[in-house]
Amino acid sequence: MHADGTSHVHEHDLDHDHHNDHKDNITDVGDHSGYTQTGQTRITILENLLSENDRVADDNGRRLAVSGVCAVNLMSSPGAGKTTLLRKTLEKLGASVRIGVLEGDIATSLDADKLEGAGATAISVVNTSAGFGGECHLDAVMVQSGMERLPLPELDLLIIENVGNLVCPAEFRVGEYARAMVFAVTEGEEKPLKYPVMFRAADVVVVNKVDLLPHLDFDLDAFLSNVTAVNPKARVIMASARTGEGVDEWCAWLAAQGPLTPTLSEV
Amino acid sequence: MHELSICNAIASTAAKHAEGRPVTQVTVQIGHLRQVVPDALLFSWEVVSSTTDLKDAELVIEQVPAVVECLDCGARTTLDLPILSCETCEGFNVKLLSGEELFVVSIDLVDA
Repeated sequence: MHADGTSHVHEHDLDHDHHNDHKDNITDVGDHSGYTQTGQTRITILENLLSENDRVADDNGRRLAVSGVCAVNLMSSPGAGKTTLLRKTLEKLGASVRIGVLEGDIATSLDADKLEGAGATAISVVNTSAGFGGECHLDAVMVQSGMERLPLPELDLLIIENVGNLVCPAEFRVGEYARAMVFAVTEGEEKPLKYPVMFRAADVVVVNKVDLLPHLDFDLDAFLSNVTAVNPKARVIMASARTGEGVDEWCAWLAAQGPLTPTLSEV
Repeated sequence: MHELSICNAIASTAAKHAEGRPVTQVTVQIGHLRQVVPDALLFSWEVVSSTTDLKDAELVIEQVPAVVECLDCGARTTLDLPILSCETCEGFNVKLLSGEELFVVSIDLVDA
């Protein structure tokens, strides 16, 4: 509906028809029904869609390595407990390891506020909202701008708290050395099969809220075999950020990501 | 929103190679493991391309199946589910051959 009171119902109908045409635009690879029409030239590109993101991610990785900072990309669905785990991590490691936090948040600084006083050396908030309602992930350019507001030479470890989302963050490298995923047992044991890209991307899966297991029908064995099915190499840590269970093991994993100077080939 | 970001990347890659020449078709390859919904990608393309020089360009999506090769028995399996295992020996010691593609393959230009 436009301001002048007219609406474009017919256009909408056309759109709908167009939508049905989509089937012609989706083919299996090797099906060359979409051959070049006469009077046209096809230019082969074969360029990875994420190449620009990856180029900036490599730059970020180099800058971090030069400063001796190890970056960990922390991902999860909304509400899995990233921020609570992060606060516990800062309380535990903050005195011995200089930790910077880069908070990805669609529009607020609420998560960063929750970390206040927990022991971070520096916190940088990156809001991902850019006109269109807010990106659902951090990309390398956003992390680059967040890094500019951090005193990198004064840090040992940078924890990048991504936007809560099980799909998109996994696709975008940001220059991290390792990737960690927080999974809450309230999410259900089938999630690795539904969100394989995220589970495949993770070096470590922190299985959070295990203090709730007695109250849930969650099938832990099925979950663990689902994790193995999509990512046999993933380390799994059972934890409860609320009670503190597993936080030591998680912090030991984080600390083991040092000597905190990843070589350039690894970043 | 995932698809919208990917469309922005498709548009900028295509525009870079088109160098201002009119584009009629952009062909991309998307692997099955990428969790890209083709219909959502086409819808996003209409939104993204409409505001650019690519507004007359059609997006064609080639889907690439996920295929693994077993490092134990050598068999190849085309996956129906994102479970990276060998259909023949049921082992998990497999190498991914395809399924993670996210490429702009080509653009079609009108001959001058």
